[in-house]
Amino acid sequence: MNWLTNYVRPKIRALVEKNDVPDNLWHQCPSCEQMIFHRELEASLRVCGHCGHHMRLPAKERLELLFDDGEYQTVELPKLTADPLKFRDRKRYTDRLKESRASTGEEDAMIVAHGEMGGRNVVVAIMNFAFMGGSMGLALGKALLTAARLAVLQEAPLICFTSSGGARMQEGILSLMQMPRTIIAVDEVKEAHLPYITVLTDPTTGGVTASFAMLGDIAIAEPGAVIGFAGARVIEETIREKLPEGFQRAEYLLEHGMIDRVVHRRQLRDELIRISNLLLESRAAADVVPLISDSSKKNKKNPETPEASNDKESGSEERPAAE
Amino acid sequence: MTTFLEFEKPVAELEGKMEELRHMSDIGDIKIADELSKLQGRIDRSLTQIYAKLSPWQTVMVARHPDRPHCIDYISSLIDEFTPLAGDRVFAEDAAILGGLGRFRGRSVVVIGQEKGNDTETRVKHNFGMARPEGYRKAQRLMNLAEQFSLPIITLVDTPGAYPGIGAEERGQAEAIARSIEVCLDLHVPMVSVVIGEGGSGGAIAIAAANRVLMMQHSVYSVISPEGCASILWRSADHAEEAADALKLTAEDLLRLGVIDAIIPEPLGAAHRDRDDTIKRVGDGIEEALKEIDGMDGAALRTQRRERFITLGNDALSS
Repeated sequence: MNWLTNYVRPKIRALVEKNDVPDNLWHQCPSCEQMIFHRELEASLRVCGHCGHHMRLPAKERLELLFDDGEYQTVELPKLTADPLKFRDRKRYTDRLKESRASTGEEDAMIVAHGEMGGRNVVVAIMNFAFMGGSMGLALGKALLTAARLAVLQEAPLICFTSSGGARMQEGILSLMQMPRTIIAVDEVKEAHLPYITVLTDPTTGGVTASFAMLGDIAIAEPGAVIGFAGARVIEETIREKLPEGFQRAEYLLEHGMIDRVVHRRQLRDELIRISNLLLESRAAADVVPLISDSSKKNKKNPETPEASNDKESGSEERPAAE
Repeated sequence: MTTFLEFEKPVAELEGKMEELRHMSDIGDIKIADELSKLQGRIDRSLTQIYAKLSPWQTVMVARHPDRPHCIDYISSLIDEFTPLAGDRVFAEDAAILGGLGRFRGRSVVVIGQEKGNDTETRVKHNFGMARPEGYRKAQRLMNLAEQFSLPIITLVDTPGAYPGIGAEERGQAEAIARSIEVCLDLHVPMVSVVIGEGGSGGAIAIAAANRVLMMQHSVYSVISPEGCASILWRSADHAEEAADALKLTAEDLLRLGVIDAIIPEPLGAAHRDRDDTIKRVGDGIEEALKEIDGMDGAALRTQRRERFITLGNDALSS
């Protein structure tokens, strides 16, 4: 130990290294540019206290907010094991996948969870924008199908949180084919007369919007969320015009009749519970009141019995591995 | 006047020579007719060579060729008693999507397809084959009509994509496409789709979630245009050629990936060099596909259509 190690080295280190205070203690609101302390931001569910701007909320944080006591179980999902197109742009697709898996700790862009919400069992399919822009590929299509079939199995509502840049280009045509696949998935829920509720969060665009995102029995959006088919830049380049104020924002869609409601993040859970309760009231009554025989009760639930049985058949092969 | 693509230069030169020769009379021993047939032989060999190893990007060029037969051409040759039906009953008529009743080889059908137009006036009229929500809502209406009267549906896909415009977004472009796919998937009637040129993303699948999906040999079908893909992943549209390679958008690729059921071969030098023959081949392809699913009842047709999309690509996933 000498002067060099005791005095000079720490000084140099202090110069070179960043100080201990993490630099993410303060966040700047991207909308009003006010600085927000990180604790305040967490307490406000990442909604700016100054202007009400809803910042993106990581999928896991959302799930905690949603379920009773923040308790839920995630469903193990099939993951992509091959690169069907051997896709390579400036990077290999397999490398991009690896990076996203490492940085997010998730296998792909959708998480499926189930648990109780307001005392009722619900299945939640939630997209993770942090994973390759929430892009839709084979794994995501399969994930939504798994979620839908779990909802049917549990006679639970399916709630889907969307946030996506659209199709996953690296899976080429196979990503496009997830549009019909995800539509089939949510239609299985609808055929079982269970609610399919979408919560469109920022941003929801492209092939995701043009498939399951826009087919909710009830469509809710978060304030200010960008929701659209084509990207704003593409539209501007095509029509060579400035886009109107608030274009493709949740409020704009509401005004144009494209969604049911715009709901503040803080009210979202209550809203979902209330809607599910209201929608399922007659179903619950049918379950409770043993008016007539079993078979007629079944008919009441599933007027299109032959179709429903068809789908059930394939459902048994694809039965999700619920934890 | 034929439009030559860049890689068809040798053919263009030979055809230019032929054109010159046609205006000449025999000189001494040289018989013009003989020379012409020799030249034709060289043109055919050259075309065979070029078209045997088209790159994906070149295929994109062929699929977009302005002289390629379009939806209107197939309908006027293949569909008798064609009765166009217009409008979505909500907002407007969209000429980017044609549709109506007619008779295909003796059988009453509903036909729906995108039309690009073939000169400035018609291109503008049909909006270059880029439909607005009204087009997809008209398609839904026509598919429902087919369902109601148990008629098979034939769709002809040829679009750069759904139209990206302010009004289109305001009137629910995404919802219209989603709903159109949903209608396709719920049908109890046979549905055959043929990609005749460009299968542009959501705008294409909106009318192509069918029991049988066919592609013409030199058509393309992709989740995004090579230019669009390049500008996002390579950050410059100049890399469109590489993107076209990477996207695997040719008929051969899609057959291998299990996305389509069959390829309709095109005449030598692609569809635009022999339109009548091409149209007949497409007709035969459709007839064959319809025959394959003829015996199936409504529920089986619906199940088959849904199962194909449910199981597609499953082998790339862990079980």
